[in-house]
Amino acid sequence: MEWDVLIAIFPSVVVDGLVLGFVYAMIALGYTMVYGVLQMINFAHSEIFVTGAFVGAEILLIMQAGGTLGALHPLALLAVIVLVAMLVSAVLAVAVERIAYRPLRGAPRLIPLISAIGVSFFLQDAIRLVESLWRNAFYLTYPVVEFFDLRIAIAGDIDVPIKSILVVVASLLMLVVLTLFVNRTRLGTAIRAVAEDQAAAGLMGINVGRMISLTFLIGGAMGGAAGALFGVQFGTINPYTGFIPGIKAFTAAVLGGIGNVPGAMVGGLVLGMLETLAASYMSLLTGGAFGAEYKDIFAFSVLILILMFRPRGLLGEVVREKL
Amino acid sequence: MRSSSPTLRAALVAAYVVGTGALVAAVPRSLPAFLLFMASMLLVYRLEVPPRFRAAAVFAILVVIMPVVGTSNTFYLEVATQVGIFVALALGLNIVVGLAGLLDLGYVAFYAVGAYAWAIFGSPQALKIWPAATAIFPLPGWWFFPFLLVAVALAALTGVLLGLPVLRVRGDYLAIVTLGFGEVIRVLANNLDKPVNITNGPIGITPVGRPPLFFAPVVARLGVSTEPAFLYPLYFYFLVMVIVLVVILVTQRFKDSHIGRAWEAIREDEAAAVAMGIPLVPMKLLAFAAGASFAGAMGALFGAKQLFINPESFTFMESIGVLAMVILGGMGSIPGAILGASAVTILNLQVLKQLSLTLNAWKSAGVSILGFNLADLPTQLEPAKYERMVFGVILIAMMIFRQQGILPSARRRMEIEEARAAAAEQVVTGGSS
Repeated sequence: MEWDVLIAIFPSVVVDGLVLGFVYAMIALGYTMVYGVLQMINFAHSEIFVTGAFVGAEILLIMQAGGTLGALHPLALLAVIVLVAMLVSAVLAVAVERIAYRPLRGAPRLIPLISAIGVSFFLQDAIRLVESLWRNAFYLTYPVVEFFDLRIAIAGDIDVPIKSILVVVASLLMLVVLTLFVNRTRLGTAIRAVAEDQAAAGLMGINVGRMISLTFLIGGAMGGAAGALFGVQFGTINPYTGFIPGIKAFTAAVLGGIGNVPGAMVGGLVLGMLETLAASYMSLLTGGAFGAEYKDIFAFSVLILILMFRPRGLLGEVVREKL
Repeated sequence: MRSSSPTLRAALVAAYVVGTGALVAAVPRSLPAFLLFMASMLLVYRLEVPPRFRAAAVFAILVVIMPVVGTSNTFYLEVATQVGIFVALALGLNIVVGLAGLLDLGYVAFYAVGAYAWAIFGSPQALKIWPAATAIFPLPGWWFFPFLLVAVALAALTGVLLGLPVLRVRGDYLAIVTLGFGEVIRVLANNLDKPVNITNGPIGITPVGRPPLFFAPVVARLGVSTEPAFLYPLYFYFLVMVIVLVVILVTQRFKDSHIGRAWEAIREDEAAAVAMGIPLVPMKLLAFAAGASFAGAMGALFGAKQLFINPESFTFMESIGVLAMVILGGMGSIPGAILGASAVTILNLQVLKQLSLTLNAWKSAGVSILGFNLADLPTQLEPAKYERMVFGVILIAMMIFRQQGILPSARRRMEIEEARAAAAEQVVTGGSS
């Protein structure tokens, strides 16, 4: 075993794991909050995420075409694309809830799930259609912003691109804001009340429908932000990019305990880290027989193992079991 | 229509079948003609005609007219064969989703298991696993028939192995786990070209062996061409029809047995079903295995028909496509699954493709609509590629407007109406569930 290699790449593996983990964590929030209030897997959330990635790409590409990409400070640029992506994704998430989920309230559990799968597929091709009409291409590449690719040293002679640090910092910031919002504000309390018991919350004067919309709004915004950050980090996107990160983020939500907001963050980080470690070291450990191409299987195995041995997740689920 | 006599209706149906059949034969390129002809099956099913006449009409359509039309236009035969394959898949998934109420999003994995089972052993691929066994592999074509059973057994076994650990989880979790399983199978198929080359990775396996044309001498005596290129499409068409027939009979028998009732009880209320003494896990496993086995058989046949398989044929989209067929027709309903599979397959294979062709023809002819020159449309716009949108619209629209499907089973319809009433009551009283 080449221990030197293992140890030498370890710090950059950890940074990659953190970046992926934070992206998963932000997407996982959307799944877990919606599951908390509606006991439903919002299958279309991965497309909400991709929409954010496309919005970010479009802003940068349009600015590039106009020659104004250099006019803004790169940090301001990042702030702009993340905020606009949040806005668009949030509005889309709320619209999806109104059109495809709200009419199905009270139906058996699988009915809204099937509708959500439909929305997911519809949105994938809708994005493709829009981009084909508008740009005659639906595989987009984020324009290079040199600042994002500058490398800074983190430990000894190990350096990582600035964008990785930015993704971690930006997601950390948003996760903190979200936690404060859910735990410290009246609206956050109202959302938790609706998740606890819809009928009782309604009797307490909480507008249940509006709180459900708010949940989709917040989940969508986080998903959109994750999309833009994902795009900045990984560069190339297409309308079908969201599927795998979406499933993994859902796995992260289950890993942390579905319905549990801190759980989604922990689950995302754990899964991102495990997956990156597996992808980086699997090939070395098995002598090249199995490599990074199995990292997707790895995440699904984690999901099956949790469901078998600890279905309530690491931090415990916060879901009312309906009978 | 109801007041008229059965004989009149039968005559009407016969006239329609013969008329549209002749129409298709006369204008083989016309899509509407073909659609009208396919609709004759629905007409036969919906109209109240004597059962014996119904059987005769179905026989005439599927065994006589379709092959005759197919020999003049092989594309139609291909479409009909594809429809048959998807009918079997939809019926298999219908057992899992429709009867037992278990949402399986990775159904195509079982199809892949069946396809790879025959493809590996019926092609030189097996030699890459056991290079010394040149005397045995590739297996001669007649092994295809035993391998249909092998594929059924393997797929059923896979279903049980998957089901054992995951069937205890909640319904919506089950959906995601099966989805993950489908992806796992696809990733394995993509990557098991090393350390030992089992699946040949993304390149896929070719040529997959075909069953021998053992009936060729008989056909030759009838004075029909024995060209393999002419006979094989017909051969596979009839093979598919035979398998579909078996699948329909098996499904029907299951549905009417105590097993089928147990499945439906589990679907309607799991807790109550357990209280009534239904063994939950064995019944669910049986549903998984039964559904999977149909897909296994069709997988093996698919590989032989295409001569070539690779992981691209077994994506998540295929699983959702089959789900859309089941949902469109009506969960738990056998005629529904058949209708759903036919409608969706024809839509994908023909209508979307036709739309693409027409659009391209218009583009190159410089047609303009409302002053907009179609030649200015982006080249990336290909209606044939928008299958996902079709599936998506079907799923959403059916869930919102008609959850029971187009041809619902009686029990499912009752169940949905009950749920609606309960939901309405809950809204009125504001009560908690």
